[in-house]
Amino acid sequence: MLVLGGLAALILTSPGWPVVRETFFSWDQFKESFPDVLKAFWFDVRMFMVVEVVVLAFGLVVALVRTTRAPALFPIRMLSVLYVDVFRGIPTLLLVYLIGFGIPALELSGVPTSAVILGGTALALSYGAYVAEVYRAGIVSVHRGQRDAARAIGLTESQALRHVILPQAVRRVGPPLLNDFISLQKDVVLISVLGITGEAFRTALIDNAASFNYTPLIAAAFCYLCVTIPLARTVDRLSVGTGGLAR
Amino acid sequence: MSAPPVLDFKSVTKAFGEREVLRGIDLEVAEHEAVALIGASGSGKSTLLRCADLLVDIDDGDILLDGEVITDPSVDTVAVRRKLGLVFQAYNLFPHLNVLKNVMLGSVQGQGIPRAEAEEQARSLLARFGLEGREQDRPDDLSGGQQQRVAIVRALAGKPRALLLDEITSALDPELVGDVLEAVRELKYEGVTMLIVTHEMGFARDVADRVGLLHDGGIVELGPPSEVLFAPKQPETRQFLRRLLEAGRM
Ligand SMILES: Nc1ncnc2c1ncn2[C@@H]1O[C@H](COP(=O)(O)OP(=O)(O)O)[C@@H](O)[C@H]1O
Ligand SMILES: [Mg+2]
Repeated sequence: MLVLGGLAALILTSPGWPVVRETFFSWDQFKESFPDVLKAFWFDVRMFMVVEVVVLAFGLVVALVRTTRAPALFPIRMLSVLYVDVFRGIPTLLLVYLIGFGIPALELSGVPTSAVILGGTALALSYGAYVAEVYRAGIVSVHRGQRDAARAIGLTESQALRHVILPQAVRRVGPPLLNDFISLQKDVVLISVLGITGEAFRTALIDNAASFNYTPLIAAAFCYLCVTIPLARTVDRLSVGTGGLAR
Repeated sequence: MSAPPVLDFKSVTKAFGEREVLRGIDLEVAEHEAVALIGASGSGKSTLLRCADLLVDIDDGDILLDGEVITDPSVDTVAVRRKLGLVFQAYNLFPHLNVLKNVMLGSVQGQGIPRAEAEEQARSLLARFGLEGREQDRPDDLSGGQQQRVAIVRALAGKPRALLLDEITSALDPELVGDVLEAVRELKYEGVTMLIVTHEMGFARDVADRVGLLHDGGIVELGPPSEVLFAPKQPETRQFLRRLLEAGRM
């Protein structure tokens, strides 16, 4: 609290503050650009939701493949390990560039060249690798005796997974998954480098260029906080509620 | 011709890497019979039960259920497990499901019994073991003794040909042991076929028709409790019982 107060005082009394206040926090400018930015932010939110659904499903498949023991699945198990290593290791922005500009440059027929789809794919591939690892941690954290008991009552391997292992695993990884949601929500701005019109950050940048005022960026930041802060509080509540096993 | 034993181990061997845990086990459990297995910790008692329930693959020999080999690679392992009930030392109840669902899961998903029928069956079994009114509770909300009785009911729900009990009272506080043992006595009275691994000598004496000592990968002495526990012939059995006495566990 003291630190924050000191910091605020330092900023407010700094010699540059009057200029900064005008260029970043102009109320007139805010009122003018906010509707534009908000409308564009709706695109970000939809993008986030679609990518998130894909990531949740894809990450689960990768995690399941990686945790099966069936010898026949060895090749695709190796593939899933490779996927996670590679896509977790490349910065998301770099991946957006590589896929967003690289794929269209190949001029393959039948492959989409829409920046929205390619940008979304890049995000999904990057986050899919993180989420797969989160799921996997959840799956291996379920005690070995649970699988034994499931098999002992006559369930098949896949029934054991579905009714016994996964429900426990998913409950445990709720908070870390939500943390990844928050990162993904913010990283949607990365696809703005592909020149997607109607994306919030890009819209704010264009407004900024037109008016020589940075307030539109503050408007965009405000939009993001309206989503990410409630998400963060949800994580907190879940983490407290599930000290150990969720009930 | 008389009926074959329910469970029949024929020269069963099992090694984990270099460690030969079972070195030729021969054991028969007849219908309605209760056989108790005793032996030092690490002697392979759990492994033997897990082999019978096909949770562990044996290396050599055969295990037969009602006269049919179940340890052949061509056998449907899931179908065999449905004919046996295994109860674990640590209960291994499903913590995310309530008591009723713990008991019903195997019947509904495994055996395809209609939900209503499975529920009725589960409720009456739970009631028989003094668990009426606890159907909607989570396992964590029950005492250890209650949890273990739920685990027994869960194993019974599949109407198994035999029950395999693995030190089911070892994780319990002493004052809760009695309840669980009483439940098993009741089962014995009803004629349920059982293979029981236990450290409770008094219980083995009361319930078991025969007692066997597992030592060094083999069953070194097998017979009625009055002989094995009170007039042991083998030096290994005498030594094992003497150790138990010294530890105050008999
Ligand atoms: N899955 C396994 N992998 C390797 N070693 C095992 C495994 N299960 C049991 N063992 C070993 O086999 C031996 C017998 O174990 P166990 O059957 O649990 O003995 P008991 O139930 O009589 O105490 C022990 O030495 C144990 O470490
Ligand atoms: Mg054991």
